Parts: sequence; structure tokens; C-alpha cells
Amino acid sequence: MSAPALTVNAARKQFGGLIAVNDVDFEVREGELLGLIGPNGSGKTTMLNLISGALKPTAGEIRLGSERISGKSPHEIAQKGVARTFQLVRVLPSLDAEHNVMAGAVFGHNRLWGKEARELARELLARVGLEKRGHMPVAAMTYIDQKRIELARALASNPKLLLLDEWLAGLNPSELQIGIALIDELGKEGRTIIMVEHVMDAIRALCDRCVVMNTGRKIAEGGVSEVLSDAEVMRAYLGDDDDA
Amino acid sequence: MISLTQNEIRIGLFAAAVVAAAAMLPLVDQGFYLSLAVNIMLYAALCTAWSLFSGPTHLVSLATAAFYGLGTYAVGLWIDNLPYPLLVLLGGLGAAALAGIVGAATLRISGVYFVIFTLGLAELVRQLVSWSQAKYSTRMGLYVFTDIREMHIFWMLLALTVVVFLTGWLINRSRLGFAMEIIGNDETVARHSGIDTARAKIILFMISGAFIGIAGAIMAPRYSYIEPPSAFNPMISFLVVIMALLGGTKRLWGPLVGVIPFTILMDLVSARFPHHTYIVMGIAFLAIVYLLPDGVTGRLEQLRSWLRTRYGKRETAIEEKHA
Repeated sequence: MSAPALTVNAARKQFGGLIAVNDVDFEVREGELLGLIGPNGSGKTTMLNLISGALKPTAGEIRLGSERISGKSPHEIAQKGVARTFQLVRVLPSLDAEHNVMAGAVFGHNRLWGKEARELARELLARVGLEKRGHMPVAAMTYIDQKRIELARALASNPKLLLLDEWLAGLNPSELQIGIALIDELGKEGRTIIMVEHVMDAIRALCDRCVVMNTGRKIAEGGVSEVLSDAEVMRAYLGDDDDA
Repeated sequence: MISLTQNEIRIGLFAAAVVAAAAMLPLVDQGFYLSLAVNIMLYAALCTAWSLFSGPTHLVSLATAAFYGLGTYAVGLWIDNLPYPLLVLLGGLGAAALAGIVGAATLRISGVYFVIFTLGLAELVRQLVSWSQAKYSTRMGLYVFTDIREMHIFWMLLALTVVVFLTGWLINRSRLGFAMEIIGNDETVARHSGIDTARAKIILFMISGAFIGIAGAIMAPRYSYIEPPSAFNPMISFLVVIMALLGGTKRLWGPLVGVIPFTILMDLVSARFPHHTYIVMGIAFLAIVYLLPDGVTGRLEQLRSWLRTRYGKRETAIEEKHA
């Protein structure tokens, strides 16, 4: 069997006395849509930051395919094929939609230039539902449209692994349906995705498997319904019986 | 591979005509106007080169005097031993090397810290040069005697300005230019999109520094006697910042809009009220900060987009009426 798309091996991140990620192990298989869930402050976003290189792990190892990426800088990791979106949406306000998306195509794993990059950007804008809005300034766009831009930018690099950090957060119910359908399509296309999410309906609808974190540790891993009914997971989200 | 749009060809032809007209100037006047034109051309080159880096990164560099002085000193030190064109090149290379070192050392500092660091650096280089001259040489300054006259300096500066513009234009069309635009918007996004932000910034700072060093080397024969306080004059750094910001750094030709009127103004002021030049600089700086945060060209573009939305709205209103 070939190597998993991503291997996280005893990853640890310590900020002074606080251990935000505490010896976490998990794997993501090729073409899998993995949910990374847990209560607020459990270390999910820190975990994503370790994978994307925004933070360097204190100890442990992260591999993309068979290649070690932990300790490398974000731009190297991006070039090797990890793309991400941000918890608080980040667009490039002075550029139009098309150039926002081209940023991923030009400098990421894909490394296209000129006409090819522009065509891919147009194609992806259509894909995320922003057809013919390529020349619109992104600063004037609504929140969900900015999130679409971010997703298209990440896809433009043709990543081996896509990290979605609460991409569905802050959407209204109808937008949420559109968002879920979009991610579902990406999953069916065979993209390898890790999504950090609080929207449980989305996790149930989309993920093959999920990893649950609490206070920096991995407390459960497996199929979505079995993990969500796990006693420790319930305790992490809802507290002990004694607390109630 | 360079393909030009019709608009670019039109702008190129217009620019060539302006440059050709400017090149005629020394044939018309060799006195006051040529001298003023040398100053304008000098600051046109310096401000445009400065904006290559500081425009997209929004990092205000006050190291201009260091690069400029290095170029001037390259000529001053070796003019008796080496051919002048080689020294101009050396001045550029020396300044680029210094910019590379500064860039590597200041990667992690931004905003006001970068400003202070570059100001301190220029002062440090000046002190080092003064110190080594006092230690290893008996005189404080260097004599530069050449056959190069004012008009030659003017032509060289004009050529340099053209090269700076062409370089800026090529950068804007390149991956580096696109990378800088993204970095200027959001450095985190830039890094996670696969841009080596440190490398891009250092390369640009080196290119910008090299041009400033070359400008210093070109100007050296004009001084004939070079000493640290004049070659590394911090006024140069401040004037470059003020003029470039006055014009606006978002467009390549933006700084030029600030340079031409400001150099003329400074010339008038320093001729009539030699002790009040600092007041003019101070007022200009306040005016930029309060009234023209994006420079004159920034205001013009605001006006244009405002007109366009007004005009655009009326157009859609008409369409609706027809429909």
C-alpha cells in the first residue's frame, strides 16, 4: 500500500507552559475527507498551523506523502502541495477576484504563469459560483463570496492536501447548504481534505472519518457516527455529569 | 517573451518623445536650467528607484543616503586608478551588496522599526567612513577631478531614470511584481500561497539600492570634493521619501509627479530663504500625511473612480428606463 497523503507523528506544540498540541498522531489517506473537531481551544487550528508551516512543531514529525514537511517554512510547504484557507477570511483587497485566485496558481504547487494561470483562475471562479465576477474588487464582496475566493485560491495551486479552517463558519443556513455541496463535490473529485469545523451537520454529511481533539490531545478517531457517540467525546463537548 | 498592448506602445512612444525632448535641454541652456534639471533628474531616478521597493512593501526606507554615499565614495576613492564607467558599476554593486545585508538582517522587523533601523544604518555607514578616513588617511575628503561636465551628468541621470522605469515596468509584469503585490496586501496569504516573501523583498531592496548607488556614483564628479557629511547627507533620504510619497507610489510614474514641482520649490526656497528649507520640508510632510495619504496620483485615481461610478450609475439608470 502506498504511503498515506499525510502522516502526523507525535506532533507537539508548546507555547511556554501551555501545550497546545500534545503528541498527536493521525493519518490522512489519499482522497479522504477528514474532519478535525473538538471544543474551542482544543488545538485544532494550531494543528492546522503545524501542517501548513505557520508554526513549527516543538517535537514530532509531519510527512506529506513520504516527504518530511515539519520544520519547513510555509512557502516551501505550499509549493510541495499543501493549500489552506483561514479561520478569519483573508482576501487580497487591492486585487480583483481573478488575481486573488491567480495567486494560488502562480506561486503554489501548480506554478503556472500568464494565460494558463488566468484561465485556471476563471475556471475555478466559475466552479465556486463566481462566474463572470472575475474583475470585481473583492473588498466589495459579501462574506460568503470572499470565502469562495479563498477556496478558489487554495484550489488553484492544485494541492495534494487542502486544509479548510472553519470554512463553513459564519454562513447563513442557505449559504451553508451551498458550501456543503461545494465541499462534497471536491471530496467526490478525489481531493484529500482536512476540515476543521464546528458545524456538526457538515461533518456528518461530508466526512469519511474524523479526529477529535480536546485540550491538545487526540481523544478519539474513527467513523463519524461512532466517534460522535463516544463517551469521552460527549464529555469533552458537554462536560461531566457531575458538572451538570 | 514580451508582447505589448496597443496602449503600452502608445505610452512607450510618448515616453520616448519626452525623453528625447529632455535630452535636448543641455543644447538650449548650460546654466541655471541645466543645473535645476540635474536636480530634478537625480530625484526622479532616486524616488522611482526608492518606490520600486517601498511602494509595494509599504516599508519606508531611510537608507537612501547610505546607498547614495557608497556610490559617491566608490568614485571618489578610485577615480585616479580605474575607469569611470567601471566605478559607476562598482557603486551599484556595492550598494546592492549593502542592501542585501540590510535586507537579510531586517527580515523580521517591520513598520516603524524598519524606518529607524535604516536611518541608523545610514548614520552608521557615515560614521564608519569618517572614522576610517581619519584613521587611514590624512585628509577628511576626496577630490574628484574629471572631464565630466554638468551636461554629461544630466544625460547619465536621464539614462538611469529610463533604465529604472524600464526595470520597474518589467518587474511589474513578472512573477516578482505579482508576488510583491500580494505581499503588500497580506504577507500571511503570500507565504501560504507559496511565495518566499523574504527572498522577494531582499531582491527588490537590492535592485532599488543598486540604482541609488549608481545615482550617487554619477553625481560624484559634480561635487569635486567629497566628504562624509555631504555624500551621506540624511537630507537626501528624507527628501526622497517626501517627494515619492507626495507623488504617490502606486504607479511607476507616481513619484515623478512629486519630484518635479518639489525640486523646483526647494530650489526657489533655498535661493531666497536659505535658512527655511526645513520648514518647507516639514509642511510638505504634514500635508502628505493629512491630505494626501496616497499621494497626488492616489487622489487623481480616487477622483477618476468616483467619476466613473457616477457616470456608470447614470448609464445603468438609462438602461433601466429603456427596459
